[in-house]
Amino acid sequence: MQHSIFIDSFFKPEIIARYAPDILRAMLVTIEVALLVVVTGLALGLLLAVVRSFRFTPINALIVVYVDMFRALPPLVLVLLVYFGLPNVGINLPSGAVLWLVLSLVLGAFAEEIFWAGILSVRKGQWEAARSTGLGFGQTLAYVILPQAIRLTVPPLTNRTIAITKNTALGSVIGVPEILNVATTTESFLGNATPLTMGAIAYVALFVPVVLFGRWLETRFAWRRA
Amino acid sequence: MDAVITQFFNVTIMASALPLVLRGLGMTLVVCVVVIPLGLTGGLLVALAMRVRLAVVRVVVAALIDFFRAVPPLVLLIFIHAGLPFAGIRPTAFVSVCLAFLLNNSAYYGEIYRAGIESIGRGQWDAARSTGLSAAQAAFYVVLPQAVRNVLPDLVSNTVEVVKLTSLASVVALPEMLYSADMARSLTYNASPIVLAACIYLVLLWPVVRLVSRMEHRVAH
Repeated sequence: MQHSIFIDSFFKPEIIARYAPDILRAMLVTIEVALLVVVTGLALGLLLAVVRSFRFTPINALIVVYVDMFRALPPLVLVLLVYFGLPNVGINLPSGAVLWLVLSLVLGAFAEEIFWAGILSVRKGQWEAARSTGLGFGQTLAYVILPQAIRLTVPPLTNRTIAITKNTALGSVIGVPEILNVATTTESFLGNATPLTMGAIAYVALFVPVVLFGRWLETRFAWRRA
Repeated sequence: MDAVITQFFNVTIMASALPLVLRGLGMTLVVCVVVIPLGLTGGLLVALAMRVRLAVVRVVVAALIDFFRAVPPLVLLIFIHAGLPFAGIRPTAFVSVCLAFLLNNSAYYGEIYRAGIESIGRGQWDAARSTGLSAAQAAFYVVLPQAVRNVLPDLVSNTVEVVKLTSLASVVALPEMLYSADMARSLTYNASPIVLAACIYLVLLWPVVRLVSRMEHRVAH
């Protein structure tokens, strides 16, 4: 008897069959937001790291302030601030756009810091050798420095990117129809925990491969460097 | 510009929200004081479990680490808080937060300790054991002190992440700083209380973020 109560609360077959399409749709939303965040966040981070290597002091100071702020503030604070704050000054963004914007800015900050550490770790002799062969500053950066720098940044960048894509779950707080949001609304609508179980399975199905991929990248690149 | 100032940097509203937000800060600090030592200890146990001779234990622990690294912390928290009541257990918001953080943080801190332990050469273990130290003594007096020093930037940076993550407790209505600030926001229809909370997070965490940044750059060279 006890056994069937457990099944009915957490794994009810009728609920699984009825709501599987909803959870699958929510998975697509999670994937969509996550991919957009990865693309814009990494692009922003790389762009800022390149700008920083030109070493204009006032611009670099601004970059450092941005990076530090977005590394120190909890993403949920930023999500609520942008989502509830902007409409008051006449800017209305859909909740999905708010989530994408905030997470891109957060990933951009962390990525800039990692790319910049990568650029710094390339020895000065590489700059000098490249410049002495007649390459310009931009060419040196693009063809000599960045290819080496980016290789070094792969493991930390992968881990950080995975951590930030998991923050798509914060969208549930402002009503983005991603996995957690759909699972919790269905759970409270039905008074049954089965949708929560389905949501958990959806997250594990999405992110366990990503975590394993990150682990693989880490060992592969660590081995190459040794 | 005026609208931005009244809606985000309204000093009058900030002043009236300050006592509530500070009470929230108190709860945030209480949560930190409980979950950071819990996570540090749990992580250490996880890392040591990865070194036992029994392969079954290592496989199970590795699977658990990957599982808890794959599940977003907010998902874990909500599933504990909303799911356990269906199994007849009704944890308070505070207990749910502690449990979710213990599971999540042990996995993350565990991975950091593991990297640290792996950075210490086999010779250190052998030398320690050959002087007559037991395995536990070798771990605690010889290997771990060096391992922790090697991964100190990562431990500090993960602790910053943990402090930031405590804001998730607002979702299960634990009255920590973000919850209090958001309550003030919904009462005043004004975002300034959240800006106030953001400023307090910055004051707390900015120095640590700077420190981590310097430690990381020093290690990179």
